[in-house]
Amino acid sequence: MAKNKQKNVLPGFNLSLGYTLLYLSLIVLIPLSAAFFKTTELTFAEFWHTVTTPRVIASYKLTFGASLFAAVINAIFGLLTAWVLTRYTFPGKKLVDALVDLPFALPTAVAGIALTAVYATNGWLGSLLEPHGIKVAFTPLGVVVALTFIGLPFVVRTVQPVLEDLEAETEEAAASLGANRWQTFSRVILPALWPALLTGFALAFARAVGEYGSVIFIAGNMPMVSEITPLIIITKLEQYDYAGATAVAVVMLVISFLLLFAINGLQWWSSRRNSASR
Amino acid sequence: MSTTVSQLAHYNAKVARSRATSEPAWIRWSLIIVSLLFLSLFLFIPLAAVFTEALRKGFETYIAALIEPDALSAIKLTLIAAAIALPLNLVFGVAAAWAIAKFEFKGKSILITLIDLPFAVSPVIAGLIYVLIFGLQGWFGEWLIDNDLKVIFAIPGIVLATIFVTFPFIARELIPLMQAQGKDEEEAGLVLGASGWQILWHITLPNIKWGLLYGVILTNARAMGEFGAVSVVSGHIRGMTNTMPLHVEILYNEYNYAAAFAVASLLAFLALITLALKSYIEWQSARSVVAAKPVDE
Amino acid sequence: MSIEIRNIKKEFGSFTALNNVNLDVPSGELVALLGPSGCGKTTLLRIIAGLESPDTGSIHFHGQEATDRDVRERQVGFVFQHYALFRHMTVFENVAFGLRVRPKKTRPTEAEIHRRVHQLLELVQLDWLADRYPPQLSGGQRQRIALARALAVEPKVLLLDEPFGALDAKVRKDLRRWLRRLHDELHITSVFVTHDQEEALEVADRIVVMNQGKIEQIGTPQDVYDNPASPFVYKFLGNVNQFHSRVNEGQAHIGDISLTLNAHHSTQNSNALAYVRPHDIDVYTEQNGQPALQAIVSYIHAAGPLVRLELQPINETDTIEAEITRERFRELALNQGSHVYLKPRNVQVFLESAITQS
Repeated sequence: MAKNKQKNVLPGFNLSLGYTLLYLSLIVLIPLSAAFFKTTELTFAEFWHTVTTPRVIASYKLTFGASLFAAVINAIFGLLTAWVLTRYTFPGKKLVDALVDLPFALPTAVAGIALTAVYATNGWLGSLLEPHGIKVAFTPLGVVVALTFIGLPFVVRTVQPVLEDLEAETEEAAASLGANRWQTFSRVILPALWPALLTGFALAFARAVGEYGSVIFIAGNMPMVSEITPLIIITKLEQYDYAGATAVAVVMLVISFLLLFAINGLQWWSSRRNSASR
Repeated sequence: MSTTVSQLAHYNAKVARSRATSEPAWIRWSLIIVSLLFLSLFLFIPLAAVFTEALRKGFETYIAALIEPDALSAIKLTLIAAAIALPLNLVFGVAAAWAIAKFEFKGKSILITLIDLPFAVSPVIAGLIYVLIFGLQGWFGEWLIDNDLKVIFAIPGIVLATIFVTFPFIARELIPLMQAQGKDEEEAGLVLGASGWQILWHITLPNIKWGLLYGVILTNARAMGEFGAVSVVSGHIRGMTNTMPLHVEILYNEYNYAAAFAVASLLAFLALITLALKSYIEWQSARSVVAAKPVDE
Repeated sequence: MSIEIRNIKKEFGSFTALNNVNLDVPSGELVALLGPSGCGKTTLLRIIAGLESPDTGSIHFHGQEATDRDVRERQVGFVFQHYALFRHMTVFENVAFGLRVRPKKTRPTEAEIHRRVHQLLELVQLDWLADRYPPQLSGGQRQRIALARALAVEPKVLLLDEPFGALDAKVRKDLRRWLRRLHDELHITSVFVTHDQEEALEVADRIVVMNQGKIEQIGTPQDVYDNPASPFVYKFLGNVNQFHSRVNEGQAHIGDISLTLNAHHSTQNSNALAYVRPHDIDVYTEQNGQPALQAIVSYIHAAGPLVRLELQPINETDTIEAEITRERFRELALNQGSHVYLKPRNVQVFLESAITQS
């Protein structure tokens, strides 16, 4: 009488899970752990000094500040775009819908030089803004523009499916109970969209924090003013300061991991909210 | 009013809404215009700029920028990196999705989070970690020099960085898809006597083909366009370790704008093809989900 | 091929799906595993198929141990609850699949595959659908294709998981007669799972009633309906009235009525439950000198082949249900509120101490 603990008769579990873990370890986990090992070459005081010099602190402020600003812009206009794309019809809608994903597909370097060309003082939009005293390229504002581009699809694509699934009946119910359109939107629709909106916001923010390619062209990269944290890492690497580069990288990694966990939590919350309402 | 309703009926049912749950026309059009304005500022105008700038100095300069040896070598290296990263991540994606979607085991949600890690890591850091391992001062640095091997500032490093940044795409696409499909059909195949590989090849893969293709296209776009991670490990050696995006950067920093935008336009064109394929796949998979009407008994 | 199941136990975490199950399925029979959801019937079926493996116990096919035999070598046909048709293959390819995946040595020729598939499609009367895809079929058609696919590998045993569960009432009735006829033609040992007692009673040669991971009773449909082995089987198969009663030295007492039992001769004054089917209750308007239960007619359902009476007994709280013929109903000239006398026939008594009620 064989005591058999195997629960599933489909073949390939050991092979597929084994390969998954091996590949994950080789490509991701072991290399990432190298970053944490490298910092052990520094004493804590050295580490702390490296990651808190004024120039590095200024880069954190710019990176996180601009990312937050860009994510807020994307949350507002992303929601608006998702709304327009699901609720209204207009000529060329399908094309617009497809192009929303452009930042996912367009190489960041291309985005960087294109945005710079458009927003430079002699560019199509930059020349319109300059007379009003607004300079975009080679200023922190340029960083915000690049990060807005990078994060643009996230909010649209997380909100859109939820908006499509919203039942018209709940809105009709609200209307029949005497709510006007704005009340229906703010009290019935928006609460249902919150988890998705927040998830999209967090995804856009997380993506922006790590972004490099599109920013360096438009930022101008002036120390203390328009220098982002990933660029600090590159600069330190080019000076063969591996330990210093890694120290800053570890700070960013820890923040990224926290963001990843927050996003996973948000997605879990939003899927639970959605399935519970069915 | 009646004509409006009948006209609306031709559109998507989701769009056709009663008056109580839609907005007046002036609000509708204001919202559409604001949204399109936003998209124009950040998407459409920059995209148009790429092609305009590329052709600014005429068509001949444009072609010349694309067929000069350094550009061709960059194109070749980009294709090589994608051609290696793609199949590797494809096999990984299918294996991971098979294990996660068809079996129950402890630590599954942790595994899914770990697969997502590369999305959360800055591309610059993705390059850095390979420098720490394979670089001159890295774990394998001395061993590599002794054996006359080069990873960093060479093609293997570029391939590794590309694999890292595109690591989760296919797995992320397949896991929810295969979870939703369950394992009934695989079990049916098993009872009918099919082997594991026959089940994978004849039952599972045909069922996930659109999701798989979707993941492949996203992986390919990212692999060919990756900049930050590749930039750290490449060393920017012209004609040797330059990928297309890096080549764009070098030309741009040399103020050779027309050439930079010419190569960039090639990448932008690739992005547009990616989006077209993506839309096509979405349309196809939506079509295969919507079942045709059953015939009568 | 016969199936013998010995001492099978299966747990999922802390949930016991099967608790020491023993069952013999004789060769060529059509057996129903009947029970409420969660009773372990589907788990048992999947263990027979080899899709799950038991924690302890063994399975024998035709006397040979098959517990650790791979699904692929068991020669079973399995029809899944939701059919599990391969949605990217035509009906023809679905049915041909089991033949095509055979090793080269035993694989039939292409012509032979064609012949066999069309023969099977004719058997299930759907030859004209060969080029369709599963999403284009109705539920009943999918069901029959799933059956043809399972039969294509010439199984020694046919296993069906809730074969009619996902169909609407009319198709369900047609299909189950059709399955019965098909079985009479093919005589493959078959086991099907159902939670529908009517289905089991109509189709099966033998019914296995299951509850909470255990087998409550095994018998022919008439057997389990007429002589339920436990209160659970009584309640699960058809309507039944439950009376509180006392048993003393082979006599059961329900109200004023005394009944002589074939058992419990040495039982002293014990609480018991008595069960009577609604059609085993005789209704009178006069007492006729014999002891009877008195009740008031509280509701009359006169539509249908039998007239159903809801009765409120005097001195009791539980409602009683009785079924009488339309003729009898006219004879008695009953109205709501009529006073009646009830005499139960075919009473079965279970001592409360012997009932492990859930």
